[in-house]
Amino acid sequence: MENVAPATPKSWYLPSKPHKFCPGCGHGIVLKALGEVIDELEIQDKTIFGCDIGCSLLSWDFFACDSTQTHHGRTTPVMVGIKRARPELITVGYMGDGGGYSIGSQHLLNAAVRNEKVTLILVNNTNYGMTGGQMAPTTLPGQKTETSPFGRDPELTGYPTKGPEFVAQLTPDNAYVARATVSKYKQLKRFLRNALRNQIEGNGFSFVEVLSTCPTNWRTNAQQTWHFLEDEMEKYFPVGELKSPFGKGEK
Amino acid sequence: MQKVITETKKAFMTGNETAAWAALVSGADVMFGYPITPQNEIMHYWTRLAPQYDRSFLQTEDEISAGFTVCGAVQSGKKAFTATAGPGNVLMQEPFGMAEGMRLPLVAIIQQRGGPSSGTVVYSQQEVTLTTFGGNGEGYRIVYSTSTHQEIYDYIIKGFNTAWKYRFPTFILGDGYQAKMREPLEMYDPAERGIKMVDTYPLIGLEGSIAASQRDPQHLCNIYSLEEELYEVVMKYSAEFEAISPELVEYEEKSCDDAEIIVVSHGVVSRAADDAVKALRAQGIKVGYFRPITLRPYPQKQLREAIAKSGAKKLLVAESAYGQLYRLTRQEIYGETVNIETLFMPGVGIVDYDIINKVKSIL
Repeated sequence: MENVAPATPKSWYLPSKPHKFCPGCGHGIVLKALGEVIDELEIQDKTIFGCDIGCSLLSWDFFACDSTQTHHGRTTPVMVGIKRARPELITVGYMGDGGGYSIGSQHLLNAAVRNEKVTLILVNNTNYGMTGGQMAPTTLPGQKTETSPFGRDPELTGYPTKGPEFVAQLTPDNAYVARATVSKYKQLKRFLRNALRNQIEGNGFSFVEVLSTCPTNWRTNAQQTWHFLEDEMEKYFPVGELKSPFGKGEK
Repeated sequence: MQKVITETKKAFMTGNETAAWAALVSGADVMFGYPITPQNEIMHYWTRLAPQYDRSFLQTEDEISAGFTVCGAVQSGKKAFTATAGPGNVLMQEPFGMAEGMRLPLVAIIQQRGGPSSGTVVYSQQEVTLTTFGGNGEGYRIVYSTSTHQEIYDYIIKGFNTAWKYRFPTFILGDGYQAKMREPLEMYDPAERGIKMVDTYPLIGLEGSIAASQRDPQHLCNIYSLEEELYEVVMKYSAEFEAISPELVEYEEKSCDDAEIIVVSHGVVSRAADDAVKALRAQGIKVGYFRPITLRPYPQKQLREAIAKSGAKKLLVAESAYGQLYRLTRQEIYGETVNIETLFMPGVGIVDYDIINKVKSIL
């Protein structure tokens, strides 16, 4: 039987494929959607892709776009430095929930306040995947991780960070803020397209959190993985556009 | 780029103002900074001067961000710099490490203040160890320790060229006294002195279409999967740093030919050392003066030669720190049998008679 290869975005860097994310990981879905959007917007040649430390690091040579990589949490200032120096470039920062909401939270917060004209994509899988599944700012109440082995107790460690909600509060109307999920691919693509379009049009800060899966560290099978994403995470973290210069937000 | 200074002129200003002018004439495109004393006025002058010459500034949320935004800007091909001190220098060690790891032409002006911790906002020479060997690496840094405003001006111009020519992060190490005092200097356009500014170039955001297969994409990284990959990189950087060190090393030596004691000092303290040596010589005491201008790479060959030709029995290391220059010097001249005496005055100024008295006590 003849092998039929799935369609790959033109902006993917083929020598680094197949990619190295775990089976069942959501990163591949997010990066596929991003690649397709880069293709559709025809911005491959002026896109600078920057990634963090953590599982997002595995995307450092994912795209056939000029790319750079930095320390844990520092993708935001590196992207800001590039965009401030070369405003004609389209800068896409790619990070996890630990990088964005914990160690790099001051950068995310202040880049949002300054309405920096960068696009940041934050993949939320409720734990630190690369380092072996520790508790993250986004770990759900009761969720077991390596550093909350009896389940996250909000009395001790607070409630999960709601990133898009706080970013939306900090930004002016011309910012773009959304939460997507890898379970709704078309919507994910639309949100990513809007987040890039907002930068291309020079409007303001653009931020998309993407709810994603981590079966390796969640220790879940396919069914349990999808259940946790769709029934637990999406319940706690509402999906939709929180702020959009392109018309009324949608759910 | 618009000329900042059309003809050489005398000026009388603070070291921080000098630094802002020097960055301007060097063609710096953008400064990223965060307030900390005693470097604030570099930003104050830059923010007033920059718009007149189409340069830019961003006040970041902290020093970590200031350092990383500089890393991003230089990767995109722009001449960028920052300035900091004390605890800010501590925070900037993280981005400085990225600049070492990715060979980024980052330029930072450090105006040392007292430590440890918040210390004082005034003055010290206590950031020598941090500036030369801070970070989780091997100290791939070029550090110029200035002693006058003229040198602040000259070495900032030189520092940008060093950074972009060799692509190692480059530091101009001053201190609170140099930052805040006023003194005369000559300001000039580098071209007028025959100094060609090294062209900048992007590492990402290059010309040519990737989509049209005109070139490959750039994938920059500072992390490696295998020990051997990192080993190759570190060994290559080490070899390159060692190879360029002889041409980078700068020092100043006076009255060492017949010296029995050589005073070793750097930065603003070397001005007191110079005066002390002159005064002691006038009294017939055979004392010499040696000053490393580059603390990294250190002029170790030149200091060894000064010891050898003079047959000096003693070195006196004088510094406004508790042994940072001393440790650096000792490791660099390992094997020499000369005794090393010390004058440590951490966080306070050293004047000529401090050194004169110390020399006389060890004769």
